[in-house]
Amino acid sequence: MPDYTLKIRRFDPESGRPAYWQEFGVDLPEERSVLDAILRAKDEQDGSLSIRCSCQAAICGSCGVRINGMSRLACNTKLSEAAEDGRNGAIVVEPMGNMPVIKDLIVDMDAVHWKKVQRVVPWLLPEGDPPAREYIVDPESMIDVTQSMACIHCGACVSACLSLEVDPEFIGPAALAKAYRFVGDPRDAHTEDRLLDLAEDPHGIYDCTHCFACVEVCPKDVAPMDQIMRLRRRATADYGIKDQNNGYGHEKAFTDLIEKYGTLSEAQLLPKSYGDGSLIRAQVKPAALKELGAKFPTVIRGLTSGKVSPKTALLHHKLQDQDQIRRIYEEVESKEDRLELNLYIVGESGGEEEGATSEGGQEE
Amino acid sequence: MKLAYWPGCVSRGFTPELHGAMAAVAPKLGLELVELDRANCCGAGVIAEHNQELVDALNARTFALAQKVDGAAGMMNICSTCQGAQSECQERLDADAAYRTHINEHLEPEGLEYEKGGAWWNKNFLWLLVEEIGLDVLRERVVRPLDGLRVGPFYGCYIVRPTRRLGFDFYPDRDRYLEQVIEACGAEPVAYAGSHKCCGFPVITLNRETSLRQAGRHMADALDAGADCVVTPCPLCHLNLDLQQPEAQPFVERDLGMPVLHLPQLVGLALGLDVKALGLHRHVVKTDAVQDKVAALAAAA
Ligand code: SF4
Ligand code: SF4
Ligand code: SF4
Ligand code: SF4
Ligand code: FES
Repeated sequence: MPDYTLKIRRFDPESGRPAYWQEFGVDLPEERSVLDAILRAKDEQDGSLSIRCSCQAAICGSCGVRINGMSRLACNTKLSEAAEDGRNGAIVVEPMGNMPVIKDLIVDMDAVHWKKVQRVVPWLLPEGDPPAREYIVDPESMIDVTQSMACIHCGACVSACLSLEVDPEFIGPAALAKAYRFVGDPRDAHTEDRLLDLAEDPHGIYDCTHCFACVEVCPKDVAPMDQIMRLRRRATADYGIKDQNNGYGHEKAFTDLIEKYGTLSEAQLLPKSYGDGSLIRAQVKPAALKELGAKFPTVIRGLTSGKVSPKTALLHHKLQDQDQIRRIYEEVESKEDRLELNLYIVGESGGEEEGATSEGGQEE
Repeated sequence: MKLAYWPGCVSRGFTPELHGAMAAVAPKLGLELVELDRANCCGAGVIAEHNQELVDALNARTFALAQKVDGAAGMMNICSTCQGAQSECQERLDADAAYRTHINEHLEPEGLEYEKGGAWWNKNFLWLLVEEIGLDVLRERVVRPLDGLRVGPFYGCYIVRPTRRLGFDFYPDRDRYLEQVIEACGAEPVAYAGSHKCCGFPVITLNRETSLRQAGRHMADALDAGADCVVTPCPLCHLNLDLQQPEAQPFVERDLGMPVLHLPQLVGLALGLDVKALGLHRHVVKTDAVQDKVAALAAAA
C-alpha cells in the first residue's frame, strides 16, 4: 500500500500556541480520499486533529479545506491526485482562506459565509396570496436557475475569491450566486429591488474582479462568476440600473465603443464610462468629474513616459469593415430575447447534434 | 511558421511597446505574422457580460478571418485576456452544432464562416513558445543568457483559469510555462504569492480600492521575494501593474518601483535585441535596473 505524507496546518486558539505544521504518515490505497487519510491520522495518531465532515460523498459541503493551496472538498480529492500536486512529497492541507480559523481545519463559516448568504435575502418573496395549490411556472424559465441551485455551501469559492482577499466586505461568490437563484426565479416579485440593492452596494456585483477563481474551485460547477455576470446583465440590460459604482456606465461605454470603432480606445473608455456612456454627460456630472480627476495623473503619466502618443490617445480609427460590426450588433440587439447557450445545461459536447439553447431576458 | 496574428487593441493603443517588441522578436524565432487588421476587439469579458450572442458572433468573425489566412499554422494572440475571452466563445461554438450554425449566420453576409476543426488553434505567445516552437529551440537561439536576472512570473487570470476550458487536460503544465521560459532565457524564476492571482484591472473603474490593493500587494510580494522585475503575457495586467503602480503605492503604504516586462520584451533581451527596439524606455516604472543588469552581461560576454 502506498505511503502518503500529510502536512497539516494545526492551530488551537485555546492552547496559547501559534499555528504550526505537523506531518502524518498514512498507509492507504491511492483511490482513497484526503479526508480518509486525515480521519485515519486522527484515529491512529492524534485524536485532537480537527476537521468537519459528514457525508463523505461530496453532498453535505462540510469538508472544505485547502489542499496544496487549492480550495476543495477533502472527501472529493483522491490521494493519488493530491500527491501529484504535492510539494516535496507531502500533501499540504490547510484550513480554507478568507475565514477565521476556529481550530485546525475548521473555519468560522458563520462569521463570513452564512452572514453573506443572509445578506442577499435568500428566500422567495412572491407577490400577493399564494395560489390555492402549487405555483405553476414554465419549466424553461427554471432551467436558467438550476445551476445556482446546485450549491452545497461548502465555502470553497469564498475561500478562493481574490476580491474577498483584499475587500472582506465583498458579498462574495456563493452569496451572489444564491442571489441569482432568486433574481432568476419567475415567482419572485422583487427582482428589480434585489438588483438595485446589489448594484448600488460598493461591495456588490461590481466588486467582482472576474478572476475565475470561484469557477475553478467549485465542486458542483455552480460557476458563481457566471451568475454574477447574469446579475449584471439583468441589472443593466433589463432594468437599466445606473449604479453609483459605474458598472452600467462602464459596460455601456465599452460596448458602444466597439460598435462604433470595432476595437477599443482606452482614452475614450474612461471619460465615457463616467457619464453613463456619454462623453458630454461625463463632463457635467460632478461625481464623474471627481473620478476623472483622480484618473488624470494616470493619463498624463502615460503621455509623459512616452508610452502613449497624443495621437493614439486622442485619435482612434474605425475598422475597415466597421459597417459589418454595426450590422452584427443590430442583428443581435434588435431581438426581443437574448440567446444564451449554457454549457452546464447542454453539456460540454453533448449538444453537438441538437441545439439546446435557452432564451433569457425580460419577461415583462 | 506562418501565423494569423491578433495583437489585441491594447497593444496597439496604450502598450505600443508590446506591439513593437513582438514584431522585433518574431523573425528571430522564425515566425511570420500576418496581422488580422480587419478583426475586432475580443470583448475582454465586458461584451460577454452584456450579451453572449453578440460576443460569440464577434469572436467567431475573428476566428473566421484567421482561418482564411493561407498557409497559417494557427492563430496567435499576445494578451491573456484575449486568450480567455476568445477561448470562452470557442468553447460554446465548438460544443453545439446548431448554435454554431446560428452564429455563422451573422457572418454570412460578409462571406465568412467559422469552421470547427480539431486541429485549428488560437494560442497566446506563451503557449506557442512552449508548445509549437519548443523550449529547446528557444534555448538554442538565446545569445544573451540573462544570467542573474531574477524574474517574477505574472500570468493573468484569463490564461490560467478555468483550467477545463483552457486545455489543461491536454497541456497540464500551462500554469508553469512562464517559469520555464524565464529559465530558458537564462534568468531565474522567483516564486511569490501573487504570480497566479488577479491584477485587479477589470474593476479599476468600478472599485478603485479593490483593484489597486490587488496590484500593489502583488508587486510588494514580488519585491519581498527579491525579484528584479516581473514579466506578464497580458497587456491589461501591464496597465494595472505598471501604468497604475504609482497610484497603487499608497494602498500598500510603501514605495514599489517594480519594473513590469511584457513577455516578448524578456524573450527579446535573451535573443540579443536592443533595449530601445524592445521599448523598455517606454514604461511608467523605470526599467533602468534591468537594463543595467543586461548591459553588464553584454559587456561580460
Ligand atoms: S470571479 Fe469574482 S466572485 Fe469569483 S472569485 Fe473572482 S472576484 Fe471572487
Ligand atoms: S458555489 Fe460552489 S464552491 Fe461556492 S459554496 Fe457553493 S458549492 Fe461551494
Ligand atoms: S482583451 Fe483587450 S486587447 Fe484583447 S481584444 Fe480585448 S480589448 Fe483588445
Ligand atoms: S490579471 Fe488582471 S488584466 Fe490580467 S487577466 Fe486577470 S484581471 Fe485581467
Ligand atoms: S464530507 Fe460531505 S462534502 Fe465532504
